[in-house]
Amino acid sequence: MTTLTHEAAAKRPVSFAFLAQIVLIANSFVMLYPVVVMVFSAFKTTGEIFEHPFALPDFTQVQNFARVLGETSMPTYFLNSIVVTGASVVLILVLGTMAGYAVARYESRTNTVVLLFFLAGLMLPLKLAVIPLFILLRDLNLLDSRWSLIFTYTAIGLPSAVFIMAGFLRSLPSELEDAARIDGASEPRIMWSVMLPLARPPMAIAAIQNAVPIWNDFFFPLVFIQTDSAKTLPQGLTTFMGEYTTDWGMLFAGLTVAAAPITLLYIALSRQFIQGMTAGAVK
Amino acid sequence: MPVSPKQARTLKHRSWVAFLVVPPIVFMSLFVVYPILSAFAYAFYEWRGLARGEFVGLANFREVLFGPTMGPVVWNAFLHNVYALVALMVVQNGGGFFLAWLLYKEPFGFRFHRVAVFVPVVLSTIIVGFLWKLFLNPNFGIVNQALYSVGLDSLARPWLGDSSTALGALILANAWHFVGFPTLVYLAGMQRIPSEIIEAARLDGTSEWQLLKNVVWPLVAPSTTILFTLLFIGAFNWFEIPYVMVGLDGSPFGSTDVLGLVFYRTAFGNQSASVQNFGQGSALATLLFLFIVVFASMLTLWLRRREIQF
Repeated sequence: MTTLTHEAAAKRPVSFAFLAQIVLIANSFVMLYPVVVMVFSAFKTTGEIFEHPFALPDFTQVQNFARVLGETSMPTYFLNSIVVTGASVVLILVLGTMAGYAVARYESRTNTVVLLFFLAGLMLPLKLAVIPLFILLRDLNLLDSRWSLIFTYTAIGLPSAVFIMAGFLRSLPSELEDAARIDGASEPRIMWSVMLPLARPPMAIAAIQNAVPIWNDFFFPLVFIQTDSAKTLPQGLTTFMGEYTTDWGMLFAGLTVAAAPITLLYIALSRQFIQGMTAGAVK
Repeated sequence: MPVSPKQARTLKHRSWVAFLVVPPIVFMSLFVVYPILSAFAYAFYEWRGLARGEFVGLANFREVLFGPTMGPVVWNAFLHNVYALVALMVVQNGGGFFLAWLLYKEPFGFRFHRVAVFVPVVLSTIIVGFLWKLFLNPNFGIVNQALYSVGLDSLARPWLGDSSTALGALILANAWHFVGFPTLVYLAGMQRIPSEIIEAARLDGTSEWQLLKNVVWPLVAPSTTILFTLLFIGAFNWFEIPYVMVGLDGSPFGSTDVLGLVFYRTAFGNQSASVQNFGQGSALATLLFLFIVVFASMLTLWLRRREIQF
């Protein structure tokens, strides 16, 4: 493909490649500059933001960050987001792998129906079923707790996890199982010791694909959570932004603190993130 | 009854498979199937707060679609959803297609640009919303500040407070947030096109535009199918960006009202006045649900038909 691009580039006028470069650089600038301004402004006082919005800050001025982490509930929101996202992803992987394994490795008519059952859930917007979910969680006494979010996110993420896991597990050769069966291994043992160690890549994809939207979700916490101590980061951020409406330094510091972990993680693992988040669409 | 070893084995096997599939199915039934079916059922009842009242047939649906208070609000919001869908189709998915084509040639800085375009996608919608709300602030936001600094004072305006620009500003914030997604999906689609096809077209002396229109676009049809369907579902579920940037009432003057906001207000009330109405909320959810499922399926089927196998 490299030779092709070179030949083609030689034939077309230079100006086209040049124009393409300009568009790409301009686009990357538009994508990154707002994030840069957000971080810069977090190191400024409100007065400095208004007077010199584009100036480079003095990066030693960290009082905004100190206040965000010391005086507000941000650390609590953070912890809640980590617990909720972590627990949901673990549940999605466990339940999704169980169903995906059964569908992929023990083919029968019932299991095809099981797969279709999960596939039907793939496109349905559960957001619209929030009223019955609200009432159900109230009856289960889970409202206003982190469990309400964990169960909802697991339900939303499960179909795609089953889809990814079944697709991968189906591609593994049956000789592996047969060999283990001849050696007298039980079915659970085959699944646990032979097949699942091979299934780490699709598990990583399913984990990222679900972790990012769960970490970022705002709608379900807005409906289910009232108590400040149970709020997750996106919902807590609205509380925080409501309290500091005029202190722009604090606002930008809060946004920066909230955006930092996932952005840094993305920059470190961009290939896995992109693969994970576009997995369903690319196949 | 004595059980033969073979029967015992089958039983063991069956219970193992059941152990694998039953918990996920129970979970899905409880937290997906049951709520969705109930949402349909709830729409036919009158509600007093959290308590279900009388069966009222289609009254809630009638009120939501044609009632003197709800009807106009719902149709106004629906039009805004349609508007957002079309605009995002062009700006977000169309922009993504062209960016993908530029990236496909793997120009200088290719890796950097590919990472950069996807940075906003991993950010929370809430962060994106607040960020742009601050940037679009009429007095101190950097958008107006930038216009002043280059002498375009006449273009500066209170973007979110002006009913002629507010919805457009929300759409652009959304496009900034998500353009990286269609870009990378299209890029993956383009990389799957056999390079001989593009090579052959180039040897025939096809112009860049012709190549894009007659070769690349038809061959990335599978990417288009999934992206348009996802955008359709997303546009009619639109909630977070309008909620954060302009508030629950779709201000100014309902110019940014969308069905997601109307649904939330109807079902859970808002700070200023109105009460919870689970009946009308469920009716709205049911209608939206049917609309999305029917049209998304039709869209998918229609788009699938134009996909080419290669």
